[in-house]
Amino acid sequence: MTIQRRTLVGATIAAPAILAAGRASAQAGTVRVAVAGPLTGSNASFGNQMREGATQAVTDLNAAGGVLGQQIALETGDDACDPRQAVSVANQLAGRQVKVVAGHFCSGSSIPASKVYTEEGVLQISPASTNPRFTDEGAWNTFRTCGRDDQQGTVAGKYIAEHFRGRKVALIHDNSAYGKGLADETKKAMNAAGVTEAIYAAYTPGERDYNAIVSRMKAADVGVIYLGGYHTEAGLIIRQAKEQGMNVTLIGGDALVTNEFWQISGAAGEGTMMTFSSDPRKRPQAAEVVARFKARNVDPEGYVLYTYAALQIWAAAAVKAATVDPRKVADAMRASGPWQTVLGPVSFDRKGDVTVPDYVFYVWKNGNYAEMS
Amino acid sequence: MAYALQQLINGVALGMIYGLIAVGYTMVYGIIGMINFAHGDIFMVGAFISLISFVLIAMGGWAAGPGAILLVLLVSMAVTALYGWSVERVAYRPLRGSFRLAPLISAIGMSIVLQNYVQVAQGARVKPIESLVTGSLELWHGNGFAVSISTMQAMIIVVTLLVLAVFTWLVTRTPLGRAMRACEQDRKMAGLLGIDTDRTISVTFVIGAALASVAGTMYLLRYGVIDFYIGFLAGVKAFTAAVLGGIGSLPGAVLGGLLIGLIETFWSAYFSVQYKDVATFAILVITLIFMPTGLLGRAEVEKV
Repeated sequence: MTIQRRTLVGATIAAPAILAAGRASAQAGTVRVAVAGPLTGSNASFGNQMREGATQAVTDLNAAGGVLGQQIALETGDDACDPRQAVSVANQLAGRQVKVVAGHFCSGSSIPASKVYTEEGVLQISPASTNPRFTDEGAWNTFRTCGRDDQQGTVAGKYIAEHFRGRKVALIHDNSAYGKGLADETKKAMNAAGVTEAIYAAYTPGERDYNAIVSRMKAADVGVIYLGGYHTEAGLIIRQAKEQGMNVTLIGGDALVTNEFWQISGAAGEGTMMTFSSDPRKRPQAAEVVARFKARNVDPEGYVLYTYAALQIWAAAAVKAATVDPRKVADAMRASGPWQTVLGPVSFDRKGDVTVPDYVFYVWKNGNYAEMS
Repeated sequence: MAYALQQLINGVALGMIYGLIAVGYTMVYGIIGMINFAHGDIFMVGAFISLISFVLIAMGGWAAGPGAILLVLLVSMAVTALYGWSVERVAYRPLRGSFRLAPLISAIGMSIVLQNYVQVAQGARVKPIESLVTGSLELWHGNGFAVSISTMQAMIIVVTLLVLAVFTWLVTRTPLGRAMRACEQDRKMAGLLGIDTDRTISVTFVIGAALASVAGTMYLLRYGVIDFYIGFLAGVKAFTAAVLGGIGSLPGAVLGGLLIGLIETFWSAYFSVQYKDVATFAILVITLIFMPTGLLGRAEVEKV
């Protein structure tokens, strides 16, 4: 019995290893790149956006002859937005010798994963992690194609101070690196503009009943909720607020840019606002790629094009550096540029942040979001 | 005052759901002395079956009115009860009479199986549903604060009370209930007196699962979002409720559920929201130090 079981366990462990080895030899002469993000869990829709973007980018790059004559193979990693899983995914990807990772999504995953990538010599370009710490730690390998929370929060804080004067403001966040960072930056900008919040509180993500905190905001006569957090909780909170008869506007960050927000909030989400870069789908540089996505029946919403751009820049920088060695590519990414991408021209500063981020407001109307005019 | 009343309503509606699930834990514990760790996942399965039923009804083109909700409730109770029955049959009955920890381990296994089964069958992403029950009733207006109870909150309270009333009648006034109580007191003796104990235990699981499925349907209607993982948190909370109320005691389970709901809500209302779970469990620990059998539990007499 014991022996049988041991063989069984042995076989189970050995089988994937053999498969992996088989794959490795079959793909000799290719460069591996990876996309990592939440493919399961409550943020899975974003992970999917990233995967769609990366898949299309790799297909297009390969169709154009690959990078430096080598074909590109795409690996995927699922971190479920869990920092621990992100670290193990990072180790796995590093073990498969990927040269660059487009990811992760959640800042709370990107930051711990970046430590692994730094050590293992893998380049990391996040299309979505906006927490300042991600690039502030000054590692050689961290880049992002999105903006930063301090930029995003400044825009939101200023807007609230200017447009909602006289209404009480609640700042709530989910205590994640992304959510708290965003709420804090917004608070800073808002306070600097002379508006003090009525409530500053954290909520526990992953729950369903937020009535207690909603009633609390209702009692404080809050007219504007700024929420640093993800769309599931945001949808539930605005839904429960409207149920309790609150007349309130919800304002959030870029994590509300998914149709799942509306599915959860329903009609209660009407008028919800969020900061995000001006729609990259509408930029002239993106027209051709957007058409290719549409042909595959994929709407390149949210982070799809940001992920696409991440790999596009990496390929261009590799050509410029004439090598796929991550360190040299990273140097080239910083030094050269602007890189021509689907997002338009992108350059990086010394830290690896984009030099010209543009945050504008979007608003939800009738189940769709559009740039606010 | 108005604010406190509003939080009271929030807390009661939340506590009712915990209570409904807690009854399932306490019943099984009472009758076979084990913690059915898969119960939270039975609740999750119930929520998913309700979701599927609602979608089917919507596809059938029927209006989603009170009739549809009642139908979904019944379908979900029936199917979830079947799950409850199968879980007992597959995972617990073969281990009856084996050492004490065996069914406990198999319960944890069952919980993982159910979670992964739903994850594979339904996908890992959150499943939303439109609000079917909308509207709210303003009860009172005081100091510029309107106390309101949403139709859904009212429905949860009414349905839970109704279901619990039927259930209490079942346990205290029917031959089946008598058999259940007999098995709880002394299974061997009950068997000698001609009670089919295996069948009675099966029925206990069936009833527990049906109650959990009612909680699942209410949960789905109330919050509108479910995923394969909701059973874990709800299960832990309900289990805590059952322990707080005194495991094995039916009124204790409901009382425990209400208390947990109220503690969570009032802590979030007046203190830091992020420490509400700490508060809940701290109160549980303190209660257990002074009342080891919970609020309404009886001290177990060790038979020699």
